[in-house]
Amino acid sequence: MVQGGCFGEEKMKTLFNYLIFPGFLFSAMIGLLAGWLDRKVTARIQWRVGPPWYQNFTDIIKLSGKETVVPQGARITFLLSPYLGLLGLVLGATILGQTVFFSGQGFTGDLIVVVYLMAIPAIAVMTGASSSANPLASVGASREMKLLLGYELPFILAIITVIVKSNGAIRLGEIINHQAAYGSSVFSLSGAIAFIVALLCVQAKLGFAPFDIAECEQEIMGGTLIEYSGLPLAVFKLTKAVLLSTTLLFLIILFLGKDLSPAFLILKFIMILVIAILIKNTNPRLRIDQALRFFWGPLTILGLVGLVLATRGL
Amino acid sequence: MDFRLKALTKSIWVFHISTASCNNCDIEILDCITPRFDVERFGIQLIGSVRHADALLVTGVVNRKAAPLLKKVYAQAPKPCVVVAVGQCALSQNMFRFGYNCPEPLDKILPVDVYIPGCPPKPEAIIDGIVKLVNKVRQKK
Repeated sequence: MVQGGCFGEEKMKTLFNYLIFPGFLFSAMIGLLAGWLDRKVTARIQWRVGPPWYQNFTDIIKLSGKETVVPQGARITFLLSPYLGLLGLVLGATILGQTVFFSGQGFTGDLIVVVYLMAIPAIAVMTGASSSANPLASVGASREMKLLLGYELPFILAIITVIVKSNGAIRLGEIINHQAAYGSSVFSLSGAIAFIVALLCVQAKLGFAPFDIAECEQEIMGGTLIEYSGLPLAVFKLTKAVLLSTTLLFLIILFLGKDLSPAFLILKFIMILVIAILIKNTNPRLRIDQALRFFWGPLTILGLVGLVLATRGL
Repeated sequence: MDFRLKALTKSIWVFHISTASCNNCDIEILDCITPRFDVERFGIQLIGSVRHADALLVTGVVNRKAAPLLKKVYAQAPKPCVVVAVGQCALSQNMFRFGYNCPEPLDKILPVDVYIPGCPPKPEAIIDGIVKLVNKVRQKK
């Protein structure tokens, strides 16, 4: 009985971690605020005032109150895939958050698990779009798929560089400990190269310009999200917000993991976010073939150079 | 629910439909999102797909070809969705009133919530119309 009680408590704690603290609620809040920062900085760059801080929360509440239109000929995955993406991603956010906020937790190989979990939203977008019976959505889905194939290769090369630098550790906690002992990995030659590569891949993962090919509003009218309305659209927006906070936290853990006290964490988060926003606002959208050539050409070569330098100990 | 109504009026996503207009009204609508007027301050955004729309901004005389498409687009929009008629053409068909291909004005085809007159209306007039619409929606509940 006592053991059963303990087990229940453990379960409750896991559920709390998943739903509230480093998991869903927390990362969604951070992501929505980061999304507001994105809109605000974009507005300031364009010499506008920009929306108030609660704008993204308002959008989510509004969307959840709207009618959900299901197009004729849509499959069941049309309504399921937004939730699939969110559930998978929140698991990744929880693992990352636990590593940062409750140090010492984690398991061997959680780095690899998180990399896989962060690819789930893209898969959810693809399944949702391709089951929505809309030609523009399927164009968007095929672009998303090509983009995923494009950026995963250099992204994984950048991650392997970090693994090599921290003596083959595939546990996030060990990578943080290694950086705490020997300094952040971004401050070495190979680390800096890997950071640039990973940042550009994250840009594509988040669907920011110049890689917002799958969702471009002017060209294919919202692309993958074209048929979504109401609550499923709100869930996709939330997934995007969680993805924003998760990927940036992931970059901080891998490359800037020396000092993870709250003040420094927030500072690093905002710094990486503003760099991403500036890249977004100063670059026009690429075509899908240009993006693919960019990822498989220069960026993969750069990632390989970083990896070779890391094996040389630079 | 009052909470959701408030959220709705604080984040209006606008879908812009041009039904045989001369493009002047469309340019004035785009002026509203430029730095001088910047309606994103109030959460108003132009969006690409009608499925995300909260308001349809209709410009131009609705001619024979555009009318069935307009009805289709309105049916595709998730409700609650308001219709805003922008410009003299959408209001009363202006000088195309006796034209052979302009059968009826916009408000005979769709339920119009707000009329914004002008040829073209100034961005101030469009914003004023949206403010009136928001007040109307809040009072109606």
